[in-house]
Amino acid sequence: MIQALLAVVRRDLLLAMRQRGDVFNVLMFFVIVVTMFPLGVGPDKDTLRLIAPGVVWVAALLSAILSLGRLFALDYADGTLEQIMLSGQPLSLTVLGKIAAHWLITGAPITVMSVVLAMVFDMAVGPGATLVASLLLGTPCLSLIGAVGAALTLGLRGAGVLVTLLVLPLYVPVLICGALAVERSAGGLSPAPGLMVLAALSLGATALAPWAIGAALRVSVE
Amino acid sequence: MTQTDGAIIQAIELQCERGHRRLFDRLSFQVAAGQCVHIAGDNGAGKTSLLRILCGLLSPTSGEVRWRGQPIGRVRDEYGADLIYVGHLNGVKDDLTASENLRVWAAMAALSVGAEDLAQALRSLSIERFAHWPAGQLSQGQKRRIGLARLTLARQARIWILDEPFNALDRHGVGILNQLIARHVSGGGAVVLTTHQSWEAPVPVVRLDLVAEAGS
Amino acid sequence: MQTQTIRPLRFGLHRFAAPPEFYRLAGRLIPWFGSAAAVLAAFGLYLGFFVAPTDFQQGEVYRIIFIHVPAAWMSMFIYAVMAFWAGVGLAFNTRMSSMWACAMAPTGALMAFLALWTGALWGRPAWGAYWAWDARMTSTLILLFLYLGFMALHGAIDDPRRADRAAGVLALVGVVNLPIIYFSVQWWNTLHQGATISLTRAPTMATTMLEAMFVMMLSFWMYSIATSLARVRAILLEREKRTSWAQAIARG
Repeated sequence: MIQALLAVVRRDLLLAMRQRGDVFNVLMFFVIVVTMFPLGVGPDKDTLRLIAPGVVWVAALLSAILSLGRLFALDYADGTLEQIMLSGQPLSLTVLGKIAAHWLITGAPITVMSVVLAMVFDMAVGPGATLVASLLLGTPCLSLIGAVGAALTLGLRGAGVLVTLLVLPLYVPVLICGALAVERSAGGLSPAPGLMVLAALSLGATALAPWAIGAALRVSVE
Repeated sequence: MTQTDGAIIQAIELQCERGHRRLFDRLSFQVAAGQCVHIAGDNGAGKTSLLRILCGLLSPTSGEVRWRGQPIGRVRDEYGADLIYVGHLNGVKDDLTASENLRVWAAMAALSVGAEDLAQALRSLSIERFAHWPAGQLSQGQKRRIGLARLTLARQARIWILDEPFNALDRHGVGILNQLIARHVSGGGAVVLTTHQSWEAPVPVVRLDLVAEAGS
Repeated sequence: MQTQTIRPLRFGLHRFAAPPEFYRLAGRLIPWFGSAAAVLAAFGLYLGFFVAPTDFQQGEVYRIIFIHVPAAWMSMFIYAVMAFWAGVGLAFNTRMSSMWACAMAPTGALMAFLALWTGALWGRPAWGAYWAWDARMTSTLILLFLYLGFMALHGAIDDPRRADRAAGVLALVGVVNLPIIYFSVQWWNTLHQGATISLTRAPTMATTMLEAMFVMMLSFWMYSIATSLARVRAILLEREKRTSWAQAIARG
């Protein structure tokens, strides 16, 4: 079973490498969105340092949602999703594999890019490190919850906007905990509570989301 | 309805509604080992829906499908391992080569296949020279053959459920597929298929006609 | 080639005995729930506007909580009930449960919207701003988004069965997330503002105030049941429009 799981991860990574543009675009989107805020708000360093956690996190949410389009929709369109569902392997495991691959090509690059963004916003080392840590712990949860939305809206017209409407309210706890952890760190307090809640949310989602995603996929494939 | 011992699949009182149309009601039949069932009917009669219900991809409005006596909802994974479905969509990724498509599919199904097995599968469908071509550059018929090559790879799957498998195949391809079906059925496997083309079956078939009732 | 033809059994009799019965029953119940709602509302508003004492801090303005708080409670209650019936529909493949869940959603959304609107009307005279981003209001806003998402997803899917089940999965995911959202918004609010007075907690609650809110909540509950019954009748008629009983009703 583990072999099958790794096979799924390898397959999705292979497919992503064949369409590197898709992956790169999401990262570019992340950077561009973050860049818009200083342009809209003004370059005052103190203001930027204040809004940085929220801005980076919101941009991360939007980028995660944008990247969901390729999680299941491509497989659904060419019939490989059905084959996966009939492969004889537990669907929840396969789903976890796909999401792991998805995180590796979206959440992980975003986390790495946030190092650069922390510098752009002139964040101190402590808050900057907390920002990276919060993204590292929180982006898996974003991929997992987002996958539920992606699975529910397979093949629908206007699926892109609909997924956003469905998933953003569910992202609120992750956003709040992530941004708060960084702000506490900037204020000299320990970011541990926020980071621990993020870790708990990601673990909880890893345990529960595959069931919901499997159910949603079965509903959508009918 | 004759009770066949060793029925692999039992369809019990299936009812299917799609959108607002009722396609069929109280449909019951069995598929036994070594049997080939041809489901016939006009366009829109519900053939594809019936096949998808048999696979477990679509749930019937009422009734159930049993595999080896168990409802398929309860034994999805084991049933999936015993079954190969070739639907309207080929299940082939355009970005992967023919060989990679098969290798990846087998790995995800936890089948141990070696390079020789892959080559043999492609050879049996006469597409071995496209092994390293990205599937996106192949024709519809060639992609169909990649999908059908799965039938030779998964030797442990006793049930083949094929939805219009002859689509896009040329005469040579049709001949190959007929041979595969004949070999599978005589080896004790079961095949359930639909085809709207005039098909000269290579083996005795049980034919199931889906007839729409007027004014339903 | 030898072929055997097996003809499937002919289409069975109408098994839709339940829906027309339910349609008639619901039709009979609506006036009862509707009048109960009206009576309770009259009584509750009387209690709230005339019997309950004037709040020493806020004067007469606070009386809007007799609509605001019951609406907020109902919006959360309806979501939980909606998720329950959606879950039943998913687990047991029963169509009526899913239809009932869909019928409740717009009323729940209305309750959430009412809570937000009355909260804003209260906020302006009481705190000086229409919207203060406090924990309870923000959570209610997110709840409204969850309702709208449910309705949007259901509306985007043409096939009624897939629509019911997809929206059902969404409702279940939402109901699990709701406590998490609520607590995280609470935390967000306390850490950012430090204010402990929330718009929905009056410093002291006279018994009559609680009574009035309870009566109003019952009234909203009756109203929700009445509107859901009316809506589920419409949904039933729409879904069953090919059957003879539905066409007989349509012909009047």
